[in-house]
Amino acid sequence: MPDATAKPEASPSSSPLPALAPVPAPLAADVLIVGGGLIGLPLGVALAGAGLETIILDREDPARVVDAAFDGRVSAIAFASQAALAAIGVWHHVAEAQPILDIRVVDGTSPFFLHYDHRTLGSGPLGWMVENRVLRQALQQAVAATPRVRLLAPAAAAHVERGPHGVSARTDDGREIRAAIVVAADGRFSPLREAAGIPTLSWRYAQAGIVCTIAHERPHQGVATERFLPAGPFAMLPMTGNRSSLVWTEPAALAAAMMTLPPAEFRVEVARRFGDHLGALEVVGPRWTYPLALHHAERYIAHRLALAGDAAHGMHPIAGQGLNLGLRDVAALAEILVDAARLGLDIGDEGVLEAYQRRRRFDAMLLLAVTDGLNRLFSNDVAPVRLVRDLGLAAVNRMPPLKRLFMQHARGTLGALPRLLTGQPL
Amino acid sequence: MPAQATPQPDPTGAATPEPREASANTIDPAEVARFDAMAEDWWNPNGPFRPLHQLNPLRIAYIRDQIAARLGTAGTGGGGERMRPLKGLRLLDVGCGGGLICEPMARLGASVVGIDAAARNIAAAARHAQAMGLAIDYRHQPVETLATGSERFDVILALEILEHVADGEAFLAACASLLVPGGLLVAATLNRTARSFAYAIVGAEYLLRWLPRGTHDWRRFIRPHELARSLRGAGLTLETLDGAHYDPLAGRWSLSRDLGVNYMAIATRPAGA
Ligand SMILES: Cc1cc2nc3c(=O)[nH]c(=O)nc-3n(C[C@H](O)[C@H](O)[C@H](O)COP(=O)(O)OP(=O)(O)OC[C@H]3O[C@@H](n4cnc5c(N)ncnc54)[C@H](O)[C@@H]3O)c2cc1C
Repeated sequence: MPDATAKPEASPSSSPLPALAPVPAPLAADVLIVGGGLIGLPLGVALAGAGLETIILDREDPARVVDAAFDGRVSAIAFASQAALAAIGVWHHVAEAQPILDIRVVDGTSPFFLHYDHRTLGSGPLGWMVENRVLRQALQQAVAATPRVRLLAPAAAAHVERGPHGVSARTDDGREIRAAIVVAADGRFSPLREAAGIPTLSWRYAQAGIVCTIAHERPHQGVATERFLPAGPFAMLPMTGNRSSLVWTEPAALAAAMMTLPPAEFRVEVARRFGDHLGALEVVGPRWTYPLALHHAERYIAHRLALAGDAAHGMHPIAGQGLNLGLRDVAALAEILVDAARLGLDIGDEGVLEAYQRRRRFDAMLLLAVTDGLNRLFSNDVAPVRLVRDLGLAAVNRMPPLKRLFMQHARGTLGALPRLLTGQPL
Repeated sequence: MPAQATPQPDPTGAATPEPREASANTIDPAEVARFDAMAEDWWNPNGPFRPLHQLNPLRIAYIRDQIAARLGTAGTGGGGERMRPLKGLRLLDVGCGGGLICEPMARLGASVVGIDAAARNIAAAARHAQAMGLAIDYRHQPVETLATGSERFDVILALEILEHVADGEAFLAACASLLVPGGLLVAATLNRTARSFAYAIVGAEYLLRWLPRGTHDWRRFIRPHELARSLRGAGLTLETLDGAHYDPLAGRWSLSRDLGVNYMAIATRPAGA
């Protein structure tokens, strides 16, 4: 495919005239991905691994993004996402990952709780906890090890023109790139989405999320706990060693106050919510805060453009699903583009893009609605709501088929799946 | 992929014949005029050729897989090579229209010649291929005059054309003589059944307006045994017949054993011939 596009001509080096600065020849690719984050990188690896020439642009320095100071978060990687990362050859580069063997959903201090045990589903953990910097490192290694994909960074997409027969882009350092299609994996403020005039629907909550890592005395046994407190959900996610990642929500003003507490007092606040079941605890590393918001693009496609990851949809960390949802975009888009290329079709064609939108938009909308609903339901301390909630959780627990359904959703294995999400190659 | 990056010199050294007046051969002038008027719309996926755009993925996969199975082309290599399974093959598309099949075949690695009886189709196809950066040799020429030269092809496609030509036997004989020994002919056409009348003429042309009225003349549709006889007459060996089935709810085509409406035939030129 790539050869189908005009190859750059080598500039004559024998020219005796030194006056002109060399004009860099345009780079040709099948796919241009703007944004080399946790979504753009795996997409590039998947496409190139299947034979499509791919260029990824990111404005950040690759050396900087693997630093804990750049991104100290930890992501829950669902079972299906892990299968996809393994299928495209990224997972074996992941240096350390904590398997999640059990998920417990606890409603405040109530005795009822929902218990997801991986043994109910037969095989393997429910998911893995991976530090974002570890995942970024693995993705960079996979890019380096995969022919046909190039990460140009730091380089920002300064201008992207989507013409009738192809895309041409210019970077801020003056490079020209031509491709059949451009993918916007440029995050929640997606400049590409804005330039294409695709509106987003968004909500903001009067809450903020606080994220930090704690070390505790006793081992967590791979158990993840989501506790619904009146202010919002409080998640304890197992990390490697005797560590857990905490994500919890508070009213925005309270969260801001929390951020300024001296370390000792912050530790007390954490311990009050976390409980003492794992013994004494200590906060390690910095704390972060994020406003809670959801957003969803009205369309996932435009002429020779596809949105993926946070550019298309964003959710707050309550469900731990933002990255997983984005990886589902990756699996679907990679499959659709590769299948089209294997038929020799123009991969930027309207029909190809429509297939992607059909496949993804509804799934994302459903998950956003469920997340929004969960947050409203569980961030509520009115007695009858609490009762319904408690009975609801206990009832789900007593009904294995329903529970299995919920668990499958948590694992990301529900519905008609792209090949990658079942661990098959493209 | 040298075949696409640079226009291939004709390996046989034969001069490209001058475009002829189409009516001199098996082409029906009334048919040519109709398609001529449509040439501009070829590449609009929601335009008058929408049914072809929908049918193409199935047809291309069929052609690609039949070629791979019978001519044993590359296609097995990993990565980039998998995207160019037709590399090294010379392919002729007879009645190429706006190039809807030629372009995918060229991207898959084949060195493609597309001929059509309508000059405007050829002009539209050539303009589009150039804009897409694909080197495809388009010629306004009937198959019969091409057959008088010495060029030969590994694969010849005759898709949705048999039912439009005036003399099917002569047409197939010309195709057969253009194949190298062992070469492959892929023909696609419509069966002459009550169902095909209902689908193609009443359904597609009148009710759904997918195709301009008068695109098809049902009396010219071809029954599979008639096609088999003509292929044999042209010295070709019929390898397989497969139906194409349309699911209106899913808007998708799939392969089927039912030859009642759309069907495809694979024939080979015997290696010794
Ligand atoms: C607190 C928190 C916790 C979370 N926890 C989880 C979790 O447990 N599990 C989970 O699945 N998800 C989680 N998420 C969500 C997850 O982190 C995101 O969904 C994911 O990182 C989105 O990746 P992305 O690549 O789409 O976008 P981003 O990570 O925003 O990447 C966009 C990239 O594009 C680049 N870029 C932008 N514009 C340009 C341009 N013009 N030119 C070049 N480059 C450009 C940027 O430099 C950046 O690298 C969490 C999110 C938050 C806030």
